Order: sequence, then C-alpha cells, then structure tokens
Amino acid sequence: MTSTTSATSATPETSTKTTTMATASRAPRNRKRTARRPREFTTFDVWVLVGSLISALCLNWLIFYRLTAGASAFGFLLGSYVTFLAIFAIVTTDRVGRLVASDRVMTVVVVTAAAIVFIPLVLLIGYILVEGLKALRPSFFFEDQQGITPVMPATSGGGFHAIIGTIEQVGLALLWSLPLALAAAVFLNESRSKWRRPVRIFVDAMSGLPSIVAGLFIFATLILPFAKSGNPLFGYNGFMASLALAITMLPTITRTVEVVLRLVPDGLREASLALGASRARTVWSVVFPTSRTGMTTAVVLGIARAVGETAPLLFTSFGYDLMNSNPFAGSQESLPLFVYRNIRKPDIAAVQRGFAGALVLMLIVLGLFAIARFIGRDRSKRKARGPKPATPNSAQAAKQPLKGGSNA
Amino acid sequence: MNVVPGTVVEDPPVAEDPPAPRERTRRVITEVPSRADRRFNQITMGAGISVLVLLTLVGLFLMIQSSDALGETGIWTFLTRTEWRTDVTPARIGVLGLLAGTVLVAVVAVVIAVPLSVFSALAITEYSTAKRRKWLVGVVDLLAAVPSLLFGLWGFLYLSDKIVPISLWLTQNFGWFPLFKTSEDASLTGSIFIAGIVVALMVLPIITSVVREVFSQTPPGEKEAALALGGTRWGMIKTVVLPFGKGGIVGGSMLGLGRALGETIAVALLLPQVPQKIGESIHILQNGGATVSGFIANRAGADEFTTSGLLAAGLVLFIITLGTNMIASVVVSKSRSGAGVDI
Repeated sequence: MTSTTSATSATPETSTKTTTMATASRAPRNRKRTARRPREFTTFDVWVLVGSLISALCLNWLIFYRLTAGASAFGFLLGSYVTFLAIFAIVTTDRVGRLVASDRVMTVVVVTAAAIVFIPLVLLIGYILVEGLKALRPSFFFEDQQGITPVMPATSGGGFHAIIGTIEQVGLALLWSLPLALAAAVFLNESRSKWRRPVRIFVDAMSGLPSIVAGLFIFATLILPFAKSGNPLFGYNGFMASLALAITMLPTITRTVEVVLRLVPDGLREASLALGASRARTVWSVVFPTSRTGMTTAVVLGIARAVGETAPLLFTSFGYDLMNSNPFAGSQESLPLFVYRNIRKPDIAAVQRGFAGALVLMLIVLGLFAIARFIGRDRSKRKARGPKPATPNSAQAAKQPLKGGSNA
Repeated sequence: MNVVPGTVVEDPPVAEDPPAPRERTRRVITEVPSRADRRFNQITMGAGISVLVLLTLVGLFLMIQSSDALGETGIWTFLTRTEWRTDVTPARIGVLGLLAGTVLVAVVAVVIAVPLSVFSALAITEYSTAKRRKWLVGVVDLLAAVPSLLFGLWGFLYLSDKIVPISLWLTQNFGWFPLFKTSEDASLTGSIFIAGIVVALMVLPIITSVVREVFSQTPPGEKEAALALGGTRWGMIKTVVLPFGKGGIVGGSMLGLGRALGETIAVALLLPQVPQKIGESIHILQNGGATVSGFIANRAGADEFTTSGLLAAGLVLFIITLGTNMIASVVVSKSRSGAGVDI
C-alpha cells in the first residue's frame, strides 16, 4: 500500500531525471555524464539558498520599513522567512523540478524548526544568567532575609534559608518516594501479577497529574482536617512539602527505572534462576547491579524535577523569610518559593533578589542534568577494549524519558 | 496444583482406550515460591497497589474536602457559573470562567507546539547524523528539565514585551477574526496568547519525545522501499513516516494538551487570574484570563470557604487532566506505531 503511493510519487521524479539525461545526451560526447541524485547539494545550491535569503530580506525591508510602517521586527522576520521559502521554492523548481524542490524546501523547514527549539532555551538561560548575576553575591549563600526592608539594595540578605529548605524537602521527598518507586518499578517489570496493567495505567496517569493537585491533596488530607488541633506537625511545614514532592517524583522515577529494568537481558535473569536463586535474590544481585547506572540517572533526573517544583509547595510549606531548619514544624522557605514570592513583590530590589535565587535554582537544575548526562554517557567505546561486559547501557535509556514535563 | 519447581506435570497415563483428544486436561505448571519470594512478591505488589490507592485517595480527599463549597453552591451551578466572588453573601463561585481560560491557554499552546514538535522530531529521526541527533535530543531534554517557574519568570519579564508588538500587529490586521479582536484601549500584556506561547515551550519536549519515539519505530523496510522507488526524502516521509506515526502525533498532542491544562506557576505569573466571561476570554490577545491551576496557586492561604471552593476547582482539574491523559495513552497504544512506546 505504502510502496504503491511512493511509487506514484516517484514517477514524476523519474521523468525529471530522464529529461536531464536527455539534455545531457545532447551535450558533446566527451563530456563526462554524471548521475543526478535528489539529495545532491552543490556549491551552486548554497548560492541559491543565500541568494533567496538576501532577496527575501531586501524585499521585506522594502515592504515593512519603506512602504508600510508600524511592523515589528518579528513581523519583518516572519515575512522574510515566508518570502524566502517562496523564492527558494520557485528557483529550485525551475532548476531541478517540483519534486526535488519540495524535498529541499521541507528540509529547510525542518531545520528551521529544530533551530527554533534552540532559541528560547538559549534566551532563557542567558536572560536569567544576566539578571541573576546582578544581585548574586557570596552573602546569598550565608544569610537569610532577616531585617531586610524594601529600601535596602538587592545585594543585601540572602537565600541561605531557602537553600537549606530545598535540600531538606527534596531529601525527605526522595526518602519517601525512592523505595516505593523502586518497588513499584520492580513490580511492573519483574512480577507476573495481573495487576500490572492497571498499575501501569495509574502510574502513567499520575505522571500527568498537575503538581498543584499533589499539593492540594496533602493540604486537604493532612493539613486542613488538623487545622484546629494546633499540632505543628500537621501545619504548614517542610515535611508536608516533602510528601507533596514525593507524589510528583514517584511516577517520574518509577517509569524511568522501569524502562531501565526492561533493558536487563532475560538471559541474566534466567541464568540466575537456573542456578537456584530466588526471584528476590535475582532482582537484588543480578538485575539491580546490572542497571545501577541507569537507576542512578533516573534518580538524579527525579531530583532535578522536584527541585524546581513550586506549585505543590504553595499549599504545604507556604514560604518564610527567615531560617527554619526544622522541617517538621513551622512554614519553611525553599528556592522556588523564594523566587516566586520575591518576584511578585512590588519593589525592584526584591525582584532582583528573586532573580539571584532563580539563577541558583537554574544552576542546580542544570548541574543535576549534567550529572545525569555524565552518569549515563555512552561508555561503549571504552568498554569495547576491555572484557566484554554483560551490561547493556541502561543509563542511555534512562536519560531519554524525562518527559514528565514540568507542571510546577 | 502444587508442584515442585521445574517439574513438568504429565498427563495421567492413558489407558488402552485413548479418549478423544478434546477431553485431555490442560497441563498447568505452577511454581511454589519460597518464603523469601513470597515476601518479595508481597512487597512489590504492595508498592504497585499503593500507587493505585494513592491516586484514588487524591480524588477521594479532594471530593470530601470540597463538599462544603460544592454542597452550598450545587455541583451544576459550580460547573456552569463563570464568576468567582467571595465578597458577597452568599458567595457566588463557579469554575466555568477558569475552565474557559485553561482550555484556551492549552489549545493555543498545543497549536503552536505541535507543528514545531513534529518538525523537530523529524529533524531528530530523519535529518540528522547520529552525533547531531544526540545533541538535538539533549536540547529537547534540557528544555524539559527547565522548571516551570523559570519559564514563567522569563515569559513574565522578558518575552511578554517581545510578543506585545506581534499581538498588536495581529489585532490590527486580523482584528475581524473574533479570536484576535481586542477592545479599543485594551492592554496587550498578560494575555492568554502570551501564556499560551510560554506553555507551548513547556509542552514541546513531551510532544517531541513521544512523536520522535513513534517515528523511530517506522519499519526500515518500508522507508527503504520508498527510497528505492526513487522517492526523495520528503516523499518518503510524506508517504511512510507520517502516515505510520499518525497515531503517535495525535496521542502526543493530547498528552501535551493534558500537561498544558495542568500548567500552573508560569500561567499564575503571566495571567491576571481574574475569571472572565467566555465572550471576553476568547479575545486572546488582550490582557485578562484565568486558569484553574493558576487561580488556585494565587489564592493559597485563603479563608476556609474559598479554600473549599479551590479544592473543588482542583478536583475538576484533576478529573479533566486525568481524562485527557488516559485518552492520550489509549490513542498512542492502540495505534499501529505506538504499540511499544512509553508515554
């Protein structure tokens, strides 16, 4: 079916080729006849590309800045791009035929789309870097917001209390979610229970759960009913935040670890079982060690996601301007909350302090991402020289499914 | 049937008169787990079931705690009323205005993100060398790793100013189209359009990775057949890769829609979060609009009744995102291309 359609689509192409051949045969005999390939990209094609671009820019400059007024730079760029595509399409169609031309135009479109993905990332990282560096001083890492008034400069005070809060909350969240996530991943991959299907569906559903709902859930279950009891453990505190974060981390880690476990060759499991090991022993001594790097990557990515979560904290740890190192009593600050609360304040100094916090947060997330990449790097080249290992590169697989999508 | 592991259960020896083959009993082999194994099974099973229980509890507790507001307002009224006023007695709260904003932001985001995602996925699977592919995948993953808060911050203080001229241009030239219409002296910052663009950047990675995985499962035989028949690369993509990956594109877009519906912090920063009538909300280029999640985030720490109402809104959001995600996973797994794809 598919091949039939491609055959039809290929027919005009072939005719294009034959015409070029015919033109070539009219040329003198001694000239070397070269086969034309649709993907061939010569220097002349580069000139066509550059020429179309320049003419498009000129045409649009004329339209947008001379003949009409009020267009933004974006309008100019978009107009130029569309004109460029049109000119390029016309010129290429004239040179090599409609089919090859459509291929080339689409190549340009695809490459542009991939480049567009880069641009916001670069702009975002650059913007936060520039704005954050304005207010980031070493004191940020040692001081809290004690005695800070709106008239003080942005460089006074710091976010030490927020950093401590983030470390405590994410650490506790990891403590709750990691054992559960590992066990659930093992359940999904190593057991043969009929419950696997529903559990998998629910894990998938949970990973799409808006993270604010996780915060609301903890709030509705553990804080609201005990509001009048006065027990600080059931009030706004870091512990509640860690529970909410654990709910958001759980599906991320479960799914990533499950993908990694799936890569362990069945031969290893069977060998272990054939030697008389129990299933539990097989998982503990064969499956886990084999997929260790992949599981580490999964955990690091889970942490990276949890560090930046803001929404679940609004209803659980609430935020606090001073140092509170006890996560079990009293509201607590964390980096995302520090940023969120500061940039919503009306004074400029607070906004700049928020940017300093955002920069620290971004560096932490990027650092964790880099660590995950480093652990999961492709080590096949080095391994090839040594004794052949039985381990598949599980970390490679773990890197990929960070599609939790931050709902924060 | 209890058997020692490894033993094959034989049929009982057959007497002289062999019975008709239909009557043979099915052979069943079971294993007898050791004590350690039984504990192991219980523990992992417990973990699996606890995920089920947890998600059920989320819905249940939101329902219980929101019963105050829902009971007073009435479920139907709550779902169909656009305004949210707690300053009058009795309070008039409803979720429709929030829902309209949520859906509009999500739709704008998906409309922008899907073409970009499909083309980036094509760039990754069909147009790059192995080395460049690794880079591109890394960039998309990095985009997924950036916290929503930073997107919101960047969108709020940087991108917003850059988009206002575009909004202006759109409304000046296409103002006859209801979606792009703005009132006479409306401010163009803090609009649903801007929020949608920022959310698009956030859902782009997840759509891209689903679509990419689906594309990479295209049978190489079919692709090679198309190329061998003389098709160009785009011809091959158009006739083989895209039809094959259709289910994945639809499912991935729905998954992105689910994420976009739940996006919180960025929209909490970008939109004024005051519920509007639907007729006002659809003018996406002008200031205004509220989403369920952003509205909840902005009202953290409110009084008891408001909180109960917020929990009810959270419940609605929970049900909607859950439904969207479930449909998305069914669409992906039922399609030919998505059988082995994790979403």
